[in-house]
Amino acid sequence: MKKFSISSLLSQLLLLFFVIIWIIPTFGLFISSLRDKDLLAISGWWTSLTTTEVNEIYRMSGMESQIEEDGYFKIKGKLFEDNSGKKIESFGITSKKINEFNIGDVAIFKDESEVLLDEDGNYEWRSRTEFKKKKGKRLFTTSLSPPAFTFENYREVLFKEGIGRAFVNTMAVALPSTLIPLIICSFFAYSLTWMKFYGRDTLLAIIIASLVVPLQMSLIPILTIYNDFGALFGVAAKSYPGVWMAHTGFGLASTTFLLRNFLKSLPNEMMEAAKVDGASHYDIFLRIIIPLSIPAFASIFILQFLWCWNDLLVGLVFLDQVPSEIILTAKLKELLGSRGENWEILTTGAFVSMTVPLFIFFALQRYFIRGLVAGSVKG
Amino acid sequence: MTILNLVFIVFLGILFFIAYFHISNYILDTYGNKTLKRYNFENSIRVIVFITPAFIVLFIFILYPVFETIRLSFYDKFGREFVGLYNYKWAINDPEFRRSILNNLVWLLVVPTLSTFFGLVIANLADRIWWGSIAKSIIFMPMAISFVGAGVIWKFIYEYRGPENTQIGLLNAIIVSLGYEPQAWLTIPMWNNFFLMAIMIWIQTGLALVIFSAALRSIPKEMLEAARIDGASELKIFFSIIIPYLEQTILVIWTLITIIVLRIFDIIFAMTNGEWQTGVLANLMYDWMFRGGGDSGRGSVLAIVIMVGVIPILAWNLYKHRQEQKI
Repeated sequence: MKKFSISSLLSQLLLLFFVIIWIIPTFGLFISSLRDKDLLAISGWWTSLTTTEVNEIYRMSGMESQIEEDGYFKIKGKLFEDNSGKKIESFGITSKKINEFNIGDVAIFKDESEVLLDEDGNYEWRSRTEFKKKKGKRLFTTSLSPPAFTFENYREVLFKEGIGRAFVNTMAVALPSTLIPLIICSFFAYSLTWMKFYGRDTLLAIIIASLVVPLQMSLIPILTIYNDFGALFGVAAKSYPGVWMAHTGFGLASTTFLLRNFLKSLPNEMMEAAKVDGASHYDIFLRIIIPLSIPAFASIFILQFLWCWNDLLVGLVFLDQVPSEIILTAKLKELLGSRGENWEILTTGAFVSMTVPLFIFFALQRYFIRGLVAGSVKG
Repeated sequence: MTILNLVFIVFLGILFFIAYFHISNYILDTYGNKTLKRYNFENSIRVIVFITPAFIVLFIFILYPVFETIRLSFYDKFGREFVGLYNYKWAINDPEFRRSILNNLVWLLVVPTLSTFFGLVIANLADRIWWGSIAKSIIFMPMAISFVGAGVIWKFIYEYRGPENTQIGLLNAIIVSLGYEPQAWLTIPMWNNFFLMAIMIWIQTGLALVIFSAALRSIPKEMLEAARIDGASELKIFFSIIIPYLEQTILVIWTLITIIVLRIFDIIFAMTNGEWQTGVLANLMYDWMFRGGGDSGRGSVLAIVIMVGVIPILAWNLYKHRQEQKI
């Protein structure tokens, strides 16, 4: 039986406090990515969750749209589209007094023309004399705006800002950079665990040492190799296969280490029995090891995939920063520099870059945690 | 490159490695037993087939670069002329380098400690509350997203507008509503480092949390029950039983986060690009790789300094490995 106590209440409150601190930044980003970009620039995202008061300026239509009716020249129109659910509270005709009139009042301009406005933004502007100006007059409105969200930012970011293409590029970097190490490391780990050969222990020690070697150690020499290789064969020094191999290199030690730890836990008798039956190492690998290792593969796949997807440095150093090669993180960094004030692009772009990791996180959290707990040390 | 081409080379790249293993092993399986009578000889060829790709990658991408970087650190900016300790002397006298070392040290002191501490506290709280697993999920989530993505999230929190404007950054909005002046957080020297560290703590606490959660389950229930029956408070249990029991795990997590923090690059690169005295070693190194056509000598020195930071951890790992081998 659980007992209810002050201390349990306190721990609940403390945990709640942590949860709120941890979720708010991401939540704010998500809400912002769904907001109208003009509102985003002038008000905090938290205001969009409740009905808020907004001040706006609209311009009525000019002389082309006037009609003659009941002895008046009239211009009728709408200030904004209905679907926003906005309700005008008050309005004004000069910037000094933006709340001068209430809905239902008749506002009279200096030229004696009059304007009527309803709360949905329909206006009727009438005058005894003909309208002669191409541009209409300005109206200042104060309206209550209910929470309104739109996917407009996503459409713009995906297709106009090049984030969509960067998404494809990132996939083209991350998938092979995850599968290639998984393939070659599973054979490597198998031979380190189940085959006897000279130098095996040394190799294992090298792997363990490599676990913590910072990848900064490799950047300059590998960039030099790539440049020489490119010059020698007349191909681009920076290319997708180059990035795949770099990620394979940097992920090799941890992938091998995790896989070996897993393989070591499999019963030796099984391999011996298979050998007696005449199975080769490759048979054993295909028929016994792979089916048994699926959960381990899943954990390692997720760790390495997230690592490659979220990486910035490798993509920055080993790929050209052009639309056909730039990855999401590099693109985001570029936008932070060039479009630092356009929060609708930044927040939406960031959220697009997070979709795949978040999907993996929520769908495969069990494997993700298992991989981390198994002792992920990334060099 | 069109998307179709891209899909094609991705498939080709992956297929290449599958084909290598399949074809070479198929040949060995079919002809090996007939021509190579002795099992041992066939076995050693098989070993070569199995380890060659991984070994080549390991050699090119880890082993060779370590030695090459050490060599380059004694050479000029193009790696052609031997300059002795010149690059090291430059580093010691460079104010930017000193600033970066100092920042790195503060990062190493603050981030692993606080992440581990929060991780332990939250794991312990969540373990005893029915909605604990949801809470853990939420706090763990930042682990899944990129440092740059986290950078954008937090840059939005720290966003600054002049005092006459409405603040759209959460932190400044709170400050203003309490009656203070808004601040451009990321440009205040020294303090801005802590605002950047907050991001890393926000991310790494999740890592500490999940590992501690797993470790907490290994504490014998009887021990905790006995302590409760004896009237120990939860706080007392936390400090006198849980922390001593998890000593090893705390050390492991602390080391893990230390290694990650030592290489920290993305967050600073995205948020301040090392300006306003926030630079760390990895950023300075990236700068020197490309600044003025690149200086491989100075860049290498900086890489070696980062490497020196992990050598104690490396030695400890190898020592532990040796111990395990003996058992």
